[in-house]
Amino acid sequence: MDPAPSGAVSPRPAVVIDDVSKSFTLPTEQVHTLKERALHPLRRSASEKLDALKGVSMTVNKGEFFGVVGRNGSGKSTLLKCMAGIYQIDGGQIFIDGRLSTFIELGVGFNPDLASRDNVTINGVMMGLTPREAADRFDKVIEFAELEEFVDLKLKNYSSGMQVRLAFSVAIQVDADVLLIDEVLAVGDAAFQQKCSDVFYKMRDDGQTVLLVTHDMGAVTRFCDRAALLDRGRVVDFGDPEEVARSYLDLNFGTSRVEAQHGEGARVGDGAGSIDDAWFEDSDGERLETLVQGQHTRFCAKATFSRDTANIEWGVVFENAEHHPVFATTTTWAEIDTGTIAAGEETSFSVDFEVPFAPGRIFATPMLTYRGAGDRYVDRRERFASAVVTATRHSGGSVMVAHDVHFAKSKASK
Amino acid sequence: MSSIAQPHSARAEAAIAAATEEARLAAAGRTDAISGPRAIGVPLKRFAALVWTIAVSQFKLKFYGSALGYLWQLMRPLLMFGVLYLFFTQILRFPEVQYYPVVLLQGIVVFTFLSEATVGSVGSLVENEILVRKIQFPRLAVPFAIVLAALFNLLINYVVVLVFLIIQGGSPMWSWLYEFPILLVLLVILATAISTLLSALFVRYRDIRPIWEVLLQTIYFISLVLIPVEAITNTTLRKLLLINPFACLIEQLRHAVISASAPTVLEVFGNPWLLALPVTIAVALCVIAFIVFDRMAPKVAEEL
Repeated sequence: MDPAPSGAVSPRPAVVIDDVSKSFTLPTEQVHTLKERALHPLRRSASEKLDALKGVSMTVNKGEFFGVVGRNGSGKSTLLKCMAGIYQIDGGQIFIDGRLSTFIELGVGFNPDLASRDNVTINGVMMGLTPREAADRFDKVIEFAELEEFVDLKLKNYSSGMQVRLAFSVAIQVDADVLLIDEVLAVGDAAFQQKCSDVFYKMRDDGQTVLLVTHDMGAVTRFCDRAALLDRGRVVDFGDPEEVARSYLDLNFGTSRVEAQHGEGARVGDGAGSIDDAWFEDSDGERLETLVQGQHTRFCAKATFSRDTANIEWGVVFENAEHHPVFATTTTWAEIDTGTIAAGEETSFSVDFEVPFAPGRIFATPMLTYRGAGDRYVDRRERFASAVVTATRHSGGSVMVAHDVHFAKSKASK
Repeated sequence: MSSIAQPHSARAEAAIAAATEEARLAAAGRTDAISGPRAIGVPLKRFAALVWTIAVSQFKLKFYGSALGYLWQLMRPLLMFGVLYLFFTQILRFPEVQYYPVVLLQGIVVFTFLSEATVGSVGSLVENEILVRKIQFPRLAVPFAIVLAALFNLLINYVVVLVFLIIQGGSPMWSWLYEFPILLVLLVILATAISTLLSALFVRYRDIRPIWEVLLQTIYFISLVLIPVEAITNTTLRKLLLINPFACLIEQLRHAVISASAPTVLEVFGNPWLLALPVTIAVALCVIAFIVFDRMAPKVAEEL
């Protein structure tokens, strides 16, 4: 990224957010009786200040597909609402070139007691169409939402998925220059999600300026040209969608400390040796609680022996959250001879691999066995170590296989 | 636990710094920053389209699914009139003024308008929360739309009043063409001011609704709806009652629409300077309403 050099003519960005802050006053829950109010009519109830946005800056260029990601409560929706002009900002400036269309908090405002035609007209007019234009577009809106059969139904009789479809359909039919979309992919059935995807691709190709708020990192990496990560009201990462998506996953699993409980499961063994520690680490030897799919990782385990022992075998089984073994390996399979181990000696065992696991928690069960004896354990600690796997691509199974996808089309030969 | 969110890497930090600088440069010198929610803040034509669309939807909301719904709405002032008419002819002595039944009906019709517009508006911003929280649009359109819907009813009701007047032996007057519309406009402005003020206050103070309902009842009794001004023998009291701008309008409407022989507001006051009192009250109401609403408009979406 290079800031526009002074003097050069650079096209005006579609959206400029310059040092924007916004705070809310939250009244702390207090019941005021009428009498109390009458006695102290001027006293305001106690309140707390919540800073939802603290000096957020970013620009979105014309024709750019821009992603805004962040955990719940990080300020994404507040930012969108400020841009939409629904909230007044406390500091900074927002510039938007052209007409704005919004799809906020699962939909535009629909009145449950009105039929879809009235709701679509109201929303269209609110977003800047004339009543006639809004009425003219109704058919297109309904067609896209695939709700032709339900036109005369009141909105309250629509399923939530149908409402979202209608709302999204309205939002994209008002000819906006800038489109703000908050979490559309989270709802709707598979067919509609596919339809949204198609629309997003088309928008990107048509050079439509879009701001997409989402939790779906797959969508961010697929559609977005750039992205920003918000955390507690600040921008904490910006730029390349892949990097931002990774930061988001780090943030999600790195900060909620529910990780790496040792010794979750049962322990069996004859006591000749004891597995004391097991962990995942990166190539620098830094211990990991989050594994990124495709990245080089090492699983390590250590054991000390209290008796002279021979003919042992180190092994590990990786299980996913559903207790399915995903992968296992042992020193024997790797044709490593462990020799004899004297009392007081320490042994270590490690497995290097590129994380193949699908996103989710992965558990490691390290074990020391007597070679060839099957289930005679020196020590076996079930689900002794664990980590969370994150990924930016879907795999649909329990592992990701390195692969390429091809597609071609041609005229059918007769 | 660290409580301050911060970038996790040097790369992110550099990218954020660059983005911040870029935004600062892009914003420098620009004056067209968006303003956040406003009371109006859009071209008048768009504002009118919005008011119209919301009014139509409110109308549909009220009467959707009941074929007779709207008919009842129109019947209400007539039924009210029937009850009062019986009361005044059978139980109490009938005030002896020209076309009293029509005077009574007009009073009820006009008061019904004020009541519909204001009571409907009190909670309007809160009830339209779905829209207010999700789309930026001129907030003033909401109470205006309610008044517009009430005005529609008023006009239909007035047809009934005029027909009734002809049946009672009255005759059309030239003042129907100039004085009547002017008075109607003033009435609408007054009702709009009150509606706007109430809707804005209600967002923060929910006690406004019961307070206004009581006040409205009071206005009903002191606004010469039931009793024409001549029926009040005390001339000071007459003048005192006419300080209420709403009473002025009802009395003047009676002169302009029903009987030219009825005293005008000016005649009751005697002194034209006294007219300044209701005018001042009305103007003050409009100004206060606008200021309060304008202040409240940017905050509505947060305070709901």
